[in-house]
Amino acid sequence: MTIHTLSVLVENKPGVLARVAGLFSRRGFNIESLAVGPTEHPDVSRMTIVVAVEDLPLEQVTKQLNKLINVIKIVELEPAAAVQRELLLVKVRADATVRSQVLETVQLFRAKVVDVSPEALTIEATGTADKIEALLRMLEPYGVREMVQSGMVAIGRGPRSITATAVR
Amino acid sequence: MTSATSRPTPAAANPGTASAAATAQPARPKPAPPTGTPVRVTGAQSLVRSLEAVGVEIVFGIPGGTILPAYDPLLDSTKVRHVLVRHEQGAGHAATGYAQATGKVGVCMATSGPGATNLVTPLADANMDSVPVVAITGQQTRGLIGTDAFQEADICGITLPITKHNFLVTDPIDIPRTIAEAFHLARTGRPGPVLVDIPKDVLQETTSFTWPPELRLPGYRPTTRPHGKQVREAAKLICAAKRPVLYVGGGVVKADAAAELRELADLTGIPVVTTLMARGAFPDSHRQHLGMPGMHGTVPAVASMQRADLLVALGARFDDRVTGVLDSFAPEAAIVHADIDPAEISKNRRADVPIVGDCKEILVELLAAVKAERAHGSADLAEWWAMLDKLRQTYPLGYEWPEDGTLSPQYVIERIGRIAGPEAVYTAGVGQHQMWAAQHVRYENPRTWINSGGLGTMGFAVPAAMGAKFGRPDTVVWAIDGDGCFQMTNQELATCAIEGAPIKVAVINNGNLGMVRQWQNLFYSERYSQTDLGTHKHRIPDFTLLAEALGCAGLRCETKEEVDSVIHRAMAINDRPVVVDFVVGKDAQVWPMVAAGTGNDEIMAVRGIRPLFDED
Repeated sequence: MTIHTLSVLVENKPGVLARVAGLFSRRGFNIESLAVGPTEHPDVSRMTIVVAVEDLPLEQVTKQLNKLINVIKIVELEPAAAVQRELLLVKVRADATVRSQVLETVQLFRAKVVDVSPEALTIEATGTADKIEALLRMLEPYGVREMVQSGMVAIGRGPRSITATAVR
Repeated sequence: MTSATSRPTPAAANPGTASAAATAQPARPKPAPPTGTPVRVTGAQSLVRSLEAVGVEIVFGIPGGTILPAYDPLLDSTKVRHVLVRHEQGAGHAATGYAQATGKVGVCMATSGPGATNLVTPLADANMDSVPVVAITGQQTRGLIGTDAFQEADICGITLPITKHNFLVTDPIDIPRTIAEAFHLARTGRPGPVLVDIPKDVLQETTSFTWPPELRLPGYRPTTRPHGKQVREAAKLICAAKRPVLYVGGGVVKADAAAELRELADLTGIPVVTTLMARGAFPDSHRQHLGMPGMHGTVPAVASMQRADLLVALGARFDDRVTGVLDSFAPEAAIVHADIDPAEISKNRRADVPIVGDCKEILVELLAAVKAERAHGSADLAEWWAMLDKLRQTYPLGYEWPEDGTLSPQYVIERIGRIAGPEAVYTAGVGQHQMWAAQHVRYENPRTWINSGGLGTMGFAVPAAMGAKFGRPDTVVWAIDGDGCFQMTNQELATCAIEGAPIKVAVINNGNLGMVRQWQNLFYSERYSQTDLGTHKHRIPDFTLLAEALGCAGLRCETKEEVDSVIHRAMAINDRPVVVDFVVGKDAQVWPMVAAGTGNDEIMAVRGIRPLFDED
């Protein structure tokens, strides 16, 4: 199994997410991560879908996705040629005795503190999946009270735009 | 999908109807009302006008609470005829039968909730067999959606995986565009069913109607023109192959490409097999036709694929019923796979030369390319034909009469085919009778064989025959049905009798769920669990009495001697539908057979005889 990142441009219409998600489950594929948001065109949304599949079934998934009427374009983003980011919000137990150590870790990872209370810090971090994972590993010993993580978003490097040709 | 994309225009759904006069331009639907300027109407009127404008001639349906507003202006339409069916499933299959027989888009209509869910089976059926159907369903008013209101069902959610696309209309202004888009989607590219769900208050609201609307389908650009390089590559393989086979699927019928196929076959001399969905795409009388491949295909057809060095798949999808176990399917063959749906190519079997496009356009270009290639010579097929002809002689399609002296179902079907002839339309349910009808009726023309291939929907025959008859009223339409299937949907005979669709139904009555019984006989130690319907033992129902009760003529035939005369009598009755109860033996089986889960090489001509196994 290899990890693939698909950028999918879809019409911004109700039910499109259900169509895409349904297609994956129907064909027996598991979505590792999913992020949906607007693009520079109000009628178009962009999904970043991360799946773990072999190349051949991936081709089949892509073709089936392309058949969905509301799907405008699909591009596979190679990790080397794309910027990939995830967002993490994590609430860490940090009373006065350990707060400075936690803050040091936050700085090391160029994360930031977005909320403080006497017993806990809420930390925001963005980065690749690896960086987020490393940060979490460092924070775990202090006690993670709660966390929330976004799906991955990704964009190709260089001047070219995948929306430019797809959207008239 | 690059150059050969066509910008969607709301071309008329039904070319050939009055509303779609031929023009040089890609046809825009000729509007029903005076064009251009918006007209104040209700949503319901907008719907009916849109259906008229898109060229709909006939709608099969049943009214109910939420779709009621649409039925009011429908009463006044002079262009759209509504046929009141007895069950929504019948409406859906009728739309499918109509579409298959005519090449136009079939339309069905139902109310929300149970009306809509009753369409699920026919929509799934049309989806599997790529039939252009548009279903229009009523929906609860917008404010009540999601509240579990009376007769509410999320039909868009339910039909999401079994339609090509579906729409929930939330603003009446969108009705014309949505209808135009639905018909465009249904009949272009790989055809399929499209559902349009319209809340009741959207139908009631005042809105404006303009035609033609502009389609907004930015993600829909089916490729119809094949890639020239791929076509030339295919032509090279075709001319070089020593053991080629044309593997013809339903796409050839859908693309109306039978004439082009014939030309290619005549030019190259290559053997042809036609799948269950393609029977009639190539004349059975043609010398190069080896018959149907697959689980119940002919020995020469199956053998030709197993021994081929090249398969040219045209509008076919390498279904498991054709390939048997994939690993041992056509082991030596290179694959040229031509299909309008890119997702079909290399789905089950990797294609060496993929060609995406419309089968007709592909065949036209392939013909030219093959002609050019043949100037450099082409392989001699004499040896290949010698082998195939030997198989054809040794294992002709046949059947044995039951030893217990009962009537042979194959004989009955064969006689119907001979007497009604190749101009008639035949529909079938699913099971033994379907396979026998595919095998023993001789098809010469496309769109004369209509059955449920992919989904395998029992009960398909009668409503599909009804739809076909409405589409082609001057054609004799025979529904070849089983006694199991017939008891699922025969209520539509009342529709046929009242609305004037004098179809003919042959109930191949073996008293059992025959195909299941055959499997129990072969694979379950003859333990016949729940397959005896009692139609023999108790004569319940008495099909002739049932027929009379439904307004049809009821005939019965129990001996070989009566067969021809009963068929002739049925052929002579044209003022009402006819049901013939052919009481046949229960032990007849469908042969040849590739047992499920085995490879095609293990095809049995009859029980225990494995021609391809024995040969090596």
